[in-house]
Amino acid sequence: MASTIKVRQIAELLNANVVCGNEMLENDIKCAFASDLMSDVLTLESDQLVLITGLTNMQTVRTAEMADLDCVVFVRGKKVTPEMIEVASENNTVLMECEFSMFRTIGVLHDAGVNPVY
Amino acid sequence: MEFSYDVEGGNFAKAGNAASSVKKVLKQLNVDPKVIKRIVVALYEGEVNVVAHAYKGKVLVDIDTDRIYIKIEDEGPGIPDIDLAMQVGYSTASAMVREMGFGAGMGLPNMKRNADKINISSKVGEGTIVELTTNLSS
Repeated sequence: MASTIKVRQIAELLNANVVCGNEMLENDIKCAFASDLMSDVLTLESDQLVLITGLTNMQTVRTAEMADLDCVVFVRGKKVTPEMIEVASENNTVLMECEFSMFRTIGVLHDAGVNPVY
Repeated sequence: MEFSYDVEGGNFAKAGNAASSVKKVLKQLNVDPKVIKRIVVALYEGEVNVVAHAYKGKVLVDIDTDRIYIKIEDEGPGIPDIDLAMQVGYSTASAMVREMGFGAGMGLPNMKRNADKINISSKVGEGTIVELTTNLSS
């Protein structure tokens, strides 16, 4: 426990394309949560969290803003829209696109020692 | 300080505009980030409820030195049974709302959890008013 991982390491492990927030790649992430249901994400109290999701719309980015998420990984090859990049950039949220399935993404991060929220 | 925002029923692209704006104001007022998060999560869920269920709505925000008062008022179908709507997992949301990442029956419970005081009144066929009050000091 208490281990952290850099945003940059997450991008490398997942072979992900960082679409915005390049200036925050050295930020530390403490834990990860995976969900396509934003109301569940909004119940979390953790800091320094990466969200893994397949839900690619404005509500994901708004949820990241309200819940103070540092980083969102979009799995299954989902593409981020320009509107999402605009809002995420305003709020210092890193967005990355990953070709892996959600299961594989979670497995890779779990093997790397990223903690669950609960 | 008072602010007001219009919310359009069905327009998910704009859901969160009021919460985003209130978050910026509270940050400028140096409110504790944990308190800000509670307030904006509750307001955001409220906006999503209006977008998901109502025809149109209005958010009124009143901030003073020690508390924030938020009134989310909509013209919509209303809530026939508020106790039932407050239950985690109960939802009348459409498939479209679920595709947006909501509609799992968490909205009102999330709002209650993140406000110091919540008051809900509703008239079937007319609309719903949700009032949230939260202390700004942590």
